[in-house]
Amino acid sequence: MNLSQKTAFELAESCRAGKCSSEDILKDLARAIEAKDSSIKAYVRFDAKKSLRRTVSKEAPLYGVPIAIKDNICVENEAITCGSKILQNFVSPYNATVIERLLDAGAVIFGRTNMDEFAFGSSCETSFYGPTRNPHDLGRVPGGSSGGSAACVAAQTAIAALGSDTGGSIRQPASLCGVVGIKPTYGRVSRYGLIAFASSLDQIGPLTRDVRDSALLLKVLAGGDPRDSTSANVPVPDYLSFLGKDIKGMKIGIPKEYFKKEGLSPAVEKAVRQEAAQVLEKQGARCEEVSLPHTAFAIGVYYIVAPSEASSNLARFDGVRFGWRHPSTGNLLELYEKTRGEGFGSEAKRRIILGTYSLSSGYYDAYYLRAMKVRTRIKQDFDEVFKKVNVILTPTSPTPAFKLGEKATNPLEMYLSDIYTISANLAGIPAISVPCGAEVRDGKSLPIGLQFMAKPFDEGKLFQIAHAFEGTRI
Amino acid sequence: MVHIDLKQVARLARLHLTEAEMKLLEPQLGQILSFVESLKEVKVEGVEPTSHPLSLSNVFREDQPHVKAVEPERIQAFIKNSPASRGSFFEVPKIIEDKS
Repeated sequence: MNLSQKTAFELAESCRAGKCSSEDILKDLARAIEAKDSSIKAYVRFDAKKSLRRTVSKEAPLYGVPIAIKDNICVENEAITCGSKILQNFVSPYNATVIERLLDAGAVIFGRTNMDEFAFGSSCETSFYGPTRNPHDLGRVPGGSSGGSAACVAAQTAIAALGSDTGGSIRQPASLCGVVGIKPTYGRVSRYGLIAFASSLDQIGPLTRDVRDSALLLKVLAGGDPRDSTSANVPVPDYLSFLGKDIKGMKIGIPKEYFKKEGLSPAVEKAVRQEAAQVLEKQGARCEEVSLPHTAFAIGVYYIVAPSEASSNLARFDGVRFGWRHPSTGNLLELYEKTRGEGFGSEAKRRIILGTYSLSSGYYDAYYLRAMKVRTRIKQDFDEVFKKVNVILTPTSPTPAFKLGEKATNPLEMYLSDIYTISANLAGIPAISVPCGAEVRDGKSLPIGLQFMAKPFDEGKLFQIAHAFEGTRI
Repeated sequence: MVHIDLKQVARLARLHLTEAEMKLLEPQLGQILSFVESLKEVKVEGVEPTSHPLSLSNVFREDQPHVKAVEPERIQAFIKNSPASRGSFFEVPKIIEDKS
C-alpha cells in the first residue's frame, strides 16, 4: 500500500515497529506530489530531501511522521512568505514553538502550504503565488485561508498539516476539502512564530484525515509557552483517551439562528440538521434547539475587529527590516508608502484601510469600541447556551466549495461565507469541522462538513463526539 | 452609503493607492461599512468591551537577554533579512534634511 494514504497514527506505529521509515513515507509523498500537485498547487515549496527532524525515542507520538506546514508558521533557516510578495526573500531566524514541539514529538517537517495572503481570505485565491484548487473539483476553491493545508491532506499529498484559524481558516477549508480541522480554544496552542493576523483571534491547529490524528496532533501542539504570554497554562489532557467513549446522555444544542440564513444550501441543512442529528441521537445523545441571539452580528463585529488588529500587526512590513523593498529612492515616507502599496495585494490593502479607518480618531467609538461591546454580547450568548448543553452542532460552511473567481470580485459576499465559523473565534471557544456528507454539483461530489463547538478548553469533548460521529460513517 | 476619505486613511496607513485602486475600493468599503452599521441595533449600554476572549493578566519575568539572541551570527540572521543593510545596521534613505 502507498504510505501516503495512511494516517499519522498508523504511520507512527509502523515506523516504531520498523515496518517503514520516514524516508519511505517521504518518497511516497514526493511521488504523489509530483503526480498531483501541478494541478492542485497546494504547496508553495516542497523539497523531499530538505526535511527537518530530530533524534528522538521510538516512543515519540509522531515518530517518523511527515507534517506539512502552512506558510505563515516560522521554520528556522527556511523561507516563509505568508502568501505575500512583501515577504519575498525572508528567511525565518527561529522556529515557532509548534515546530519545536513537532520536532520533539518525532515529526518530520517538510513542505510549505499555500494560503491567502496574510491569511486574508476564504478561498486561497489571494495568494501572491497563485490559487490552490480543490482536489474534489479543480474548478473550485479549496477554501481558505489554510486552503493549501486542507487540499494536500485531502489529495493524500500530505499525511497531516498545520493551519491557522482567525475566523474559520482551518475549519472552512477542512469542510470544503472533506478533512478534519480543529480550531483550539484561544490560548490553547502557542502562537510564538506564527505571523500575526489578528492577535485576539488567531489560533494554530491541525488538519488531518481523521479525528484520531486530530487528537494525536493537538496533544503534541497544546500547552502554555513562556514565549507567548497569551498562551494558557491549563493542563493538557490525553485527547486520545476521549476517543471511543460513548456519547449517551450528551446534550447537543442546535442553534436556530444558524439555519435561517439565506444562502444555506438545502443539502447542507439536511446533512447537518436531519441526518447528523439523527445519527447522534441514535447513539444516545440528546439534541435540542438553542438560541444564540446575536449570531447575525458576528460578521459585522469580525470585519471591524480583525482588520483593526491586522492593520496594526501589518505596520511592521515597511521595507526596512524584512522582505521586499520598492526600488525607488525617494524619502523615507515614500519608501514606506510605495513598498506597502506594491508589496501588499488588494485584499490586504482593503483590510489595512478598513482597520486604519475603524481605529482612526473620530471613528474609534462608532466602530471599534462598539464592535468590542457587541463581541461581549456574542460571548455571553455562548456562556448561556453552555449552561444547558455540552456541545453545539452547526454546519461549517453554508455551501460546499464554490467556483474559482465566483466571489473574488465581491468582498462582502466572500466575507459572508465565514458566517458559521467566525463566532467561535470571537468567543475564544474550540470548534472542530468533520466531514458529514456530499452534495453533487456539476456532476462532481463535493464534501460537506459539520461543526461542533464546546466550552473553552473542552477540546476533549469535541474529539469524543466527533469520533463517535465519524465512526458511523466509515 | 458610508463615505470614507480614502486619501486621508491611506496616508495614515502609509499605503500608496493608485487612482484605479481608490475607485474600486471606495464602493467596496462603503458596502462593508454599511453592513457593519447593523451593529447599532444591539443594545450595548453598560456592556464591557471584549478585547480578548480569555481573562488574561500580565505575565512578568526578569528582563534578561536570551543568550542565543545576542550572538553575532544570530544578529546577522536578522540583519540579512533586510533589503538594505550595512554591517549590523538597517539602511534607510536620509531622514535629516540638509541645512540650507
